[in-house]
Amino acid sequence: MAKIVVDVMLKPEILDPQGQAISAALPRLGFSFAKSVRQGKRFEIEIEGEPTAAQLDEVAKASETLLANPVIENFSVRVEN
Amino acid sequence: MKVGVVTFPGSLDDHDAARAVRLAGADSVALWHADADLHGVDAVILPGGFSYGDYLRCGAISRFAPVMTSIIEEANNGMPVLGICNGFQVLCESHLLPGALTRNQGLHFLCTDQLLRIENIETAWTSAFADGAEIVIPLKNGEGSYQCDDATLEMLEKDGRIIARYLGQDPNGSRNRIAGISNANGNVVGLMPHPEHAIDPLTGPSADGLAFFTSVLTQMVGK
Repeated sequence: MAKIVVDVMLKPEILDPQGQAISAALPRLGFSFAKSVRQGKRFEIEIEGEPTAAQLDEVAKASETLLANPVIENFSVRVEN
Repeated sequence: MKVGVVTFPGSLDDHDAARAVRLAGADSVALWHADADLHGVDAVILPGGFSYGDYLRCGAISRFAPVMTSIIEEANNGMPVLGICNGFQVLCESHLLPGALTRNQGLHFLCTDQLLRIENIETAWTSAFADGAEIVIPLKNGEGSYQCDDATLEMLEKDGRIIARYLGQDPNGSRNRIAGISNANGNVVGLMPHPEHAIDPLTGPSADGLAFFTSVLTQMVGK
């Protein structure tokens, strides 16, 4: 069984008020390392066996159709062992 | 004249939208998300609420409901479609309207009576307004910040497709204070504030919202 991971992030030019709120909360807790924070989504998709190139293409298509909104978000697909 | 109001799992404002349709003088027809049949309606309203719990993204899952397949096809043939709040989000996810609605800049869920200016009275849903009319209707959303790229924004401005803009303090960080837009034909309109809650002074801040619903009747009589 393999795990395909799709990461979805707001495009850099789209305002991320949730990330900003997290960024503002960190120093209040004594964490001073963050210059900025952006929040995204991670999808873990399990499949039987090792993924084929065709399956990965399908996942990319599904990501573009449903998992991400290409108007405001970028996504990346990778296989995790 | 029949105006359909779609109910998705999690729709909240379908009953108010149906009441607005009736008060405007049309028959309201309940449409169900899982039924692709539009039952011969002349126009469709996608109401506010939290369809499919706003899971994934607001409107992202509703957009693939069977009823939406028929609505997208008819909208592309010129049928008037109004998306209010969650309905606006569904129209953007369906690519019937450009751009997307994202989390309010201040992160808070807003619930307020909002001043707007109507900036295009040529659309199917705004023809009963006076040009430049200033109206007050409720605004209630968590993800109402309208975003699009620069080229889209320029196109919307140039073509007069911004049908309503927020006046007063910017409520949610929408680009160019956009409260509502239309498609190029003017038959599809998305609006973040809620005209269906402002059709009778007894139950809303004004009756300013009623003109959205009477507009579409005029449009259909004119055909």
